[in-house]
Amino acid sequence: MSSSENYEPQLYAKREPVFPRRVKGSFRTLKWWLMALMLGVYYITPWIRWDRGPDLSDQAVLVDLANRRFFFFMVEIWPHEFYFVAGLLIMAGIGLFLFTSALGRVWCGYACPQTVWTDLYILVERWVEGDRNARLRLYRQPWGAEKIRKYGTKWFLWLLIGLATGGAWVFYFTDAPTLLRDLVTFDAHPVAYGTIAFLTATTFLFGGFFREQVCIYGCPWPRIQAAMMDEDTITISYREWRGEPRGKQRKGEAEGSHGDCIDCMACVNVCPMGIDIRDDQQLACITCGLCIDACNDVMDKIGKPRDLIGYMALTDETRERAGNPPKSIWKHVFRPRTIVYTTLWAGIGLGLLVALFLRTDIDMSISPIRNPTYVTLSNGSIRNTYDIRLRNMNENARQFYLTVADNPSITLTMEGVQGQLVTVGPDEQLIQRVYLTASAGTPAAAAATTPVRLWVSVTGETDRIYGETVFNGSGQR
Amino acid sequence: MATPNKKNHDRPTTGHSWDGIEEFDNPMPRWWLWTFYATIIWAVVYWILFPAWPLVRGATAGVLGYSSRADVAAEIAAADQANQVWYDQLMATDVTEIAANPELERFAVNAGAAVFRAQCSQCHGAGANGLRPGSGFPNLLDDEWMWGGTMEDIVQTVTYGIRNTDFPDARYSEMPSFGRDGLLTPAEIDQVVNHVLAISGQAHDNALAAAGEQVFLDNCASCHMDDGSGDPFVGAPALNNAIWLYGGSADEIRASVHNARFGIMPGFTGRLPDAQIRAVAAYVHQLGGGQ
Repeated sequence: MSSSENYEPQLYAKREPVFPRRVKGSFRTLKWWLMALMLGVYYITPWIRWDRGPDLSDQAVLVDLANRRFFFFMVEIWPHEFYFVAGLLIMAGIGLFLFTSALGRVWCGYACPQTVWTDLYILVERWVEGDRNARLRLYRQPWGAEKIRKYGTKWFLWLLIGLATGGAWVFYFTDAPTLLRDLVTFDAHPVAYGTIAFLTATTFLFGGFFREQVCIYGCPWPRIQAAMMDEDTITISYREWRGEPRGKQRKGEAEGSHGDCIDCMACVNVCPMGIDIRDDQQLACITCGLCIDACNDVMDKIGKPRDLIGYMALTDETRERAGNPPKSIWKHVFRPRTIVYTTLWAGIGLGLLVALFLRTDIDMSISPIRNPTYVTLSNGSIRNTYDIRLRNMNENARQFYLTVADNPSITLTMEGVQGQLVTVGPDEQLIQRVYLTASAGTPAAAAATTPVRLWVSVTGETDRIYGETVFNGSGQR
Repeated sequence: MATPNKKNHDRPTTGHSWDGIEEFDNPMPRWWLWTFYATIIWAVVYWILFPAWPLVRGATAGVLGYSSRADVAAEIAAADQANQVWYDQLMATDVTEIAANPELERFAVNAGAAVFRAQCSQCHGAGANGLRPGSGFPNLLDDEWMWGGTMEDIVQTVTYGIRNTDFPDARYSEMPSFGRDGLLTPAEIDQVVNHVLAISGQAHDNALAAAGEQVFLDNCASCHMDDGSGDPFVGAPALNNAIWLYGGSADEIRASVHNARFGIMPGFTGRLPDAQIRAVAAYVHQLGGGQ
């Protein structure tokens, strides 16, 4: 409080640049592998081929916005099946809740694209400029030949990575080999170039300059996650009762007058968020685990036990402080909250899988023409009209056979088509006008409304589907 | 968490204190401020470049000369130009061959639907069902056509219309007012009405209907044909079926015979481009009644 007396409050502050030091250890190794895996998946996926016959794209994963189709290996999603996408998004949300309640901000620390790309950009920075101290020196140095050369090289490499990032993104939306050829021959659509330029710029700015500020100021997740975490959530913490009072053992000081923390600042220097984990869990901590690696390295060197900084739950703190062993990780992870999340997640997943395997590759929607509800023909029969949308969710053109079920007095005819067979092209839909006619004097012609069921089957196949609609008769008239 | 952190005590506060509760000073990032200034500058630049400030008449024009109305006009012109290719093809294709080209037919039907809604729906109804049964406006969905239901017939009807004096090619025929002009006695009209009820399969007086047959043959059959099946060459509707333009009850038929009923339709040549006339004919033809 004393400091606030002579202190002029600041409304705005300059960003303190962060120069994370290189670190080695198990969490760093895990993060390298995860980065390689995730970047690999991101860059390679659009190039995987999948045979779907001559009329459809052979790209395994394709978001075909122009034709409103989503291809994922053997699965093809049409717009009317968007609930699959909605279900996957809900699963992603609940999955995030599950991981956060069990392991804290594990998404932020290991899997978030902002973290992964910033990590990659810091790696490039270290290759070009050297480790933390060299980078700090270069940063404080006035502009000169060396600084221009090194910063220029770094920015150029960052731009190349940004270009590759935005460049890979567009391949998910159209045939990748064709687009690559068009891109290099300058024949591609302006939207492709615009998207690449935009994503190159955002990658360059967010990975190179904004970095931790995206998490602190821009991202809503650090605010939401507090609701997902409780005292059993495993997160990174500093064993303050072991470490304090911090400081180096000096000559003449009694053994044991200091805790295990020698205040070497290793945990602060490696932190990509520029924070001090010894201030405990805080909004800016993305739980990347690098401070654990840094501190363990120091503890090994000074011959003290590891995990002065480590993953632990809030309830363990009181136990350890009292000298009791902590609960096992599994006891923390398996608790009602995570079990509820897991059950929900798996339930939705199972539901989607069942829906995926039960769906047919034919579909129909019936829209009755209501103006007029019926037409009287010259022989006195009553005719209703329906626009029927037939979807052929198959790589081959097929013949759809339409029938009206269980009502001998109603006959089915189609506009512009002889008979009851209509051909729908491969992976296409067709709106066919269908007439149902009830002869004069039949119950359907005389009643106000009669429920009818239309069946659609495909020549040579066993699957068939039906749709319910209503036949309007002349009623009381 | 557990112990109050020493470092927090050193952090600067804003100096405010409410009942001992103090507020840490967490300053905003400086670039945020610059972003705010940039949006202000952007607003001023926008005022200069684009229409912005409302005045008594209109608004400031902006140096770029942008106008959303001009944009719409350009979009309409571009759409017209894109459609012109199809309209040209429509004119180059024989009207009976349009249905053989699915893509052209789809264009014609959609363009025709728009024309129909604007030009035809006032009388024939948005659903093309002649507003309501017995309204006198023909239902275009059923299987009876007074002047023929082939593509050529429909194009001819739309082009020149019915019973108007604007075009020599307009279809023209007129039914005499048998009662009002004294051509038939009320008794004869009663007989012929019962004959018409009989041939259209409705309840009737057998004796009157038998007498009415001769009246029908003498006065009506020249246009409506001996069996009452009508003649599309003279626009005489069929009387021996379930479709009635002015109603099929005894009273309604009697009124039609007494007064004579007929409708008038304008010709659309000169009002609409020929290609749009073909398009609307194609639309009407595929509504369910086309021959």
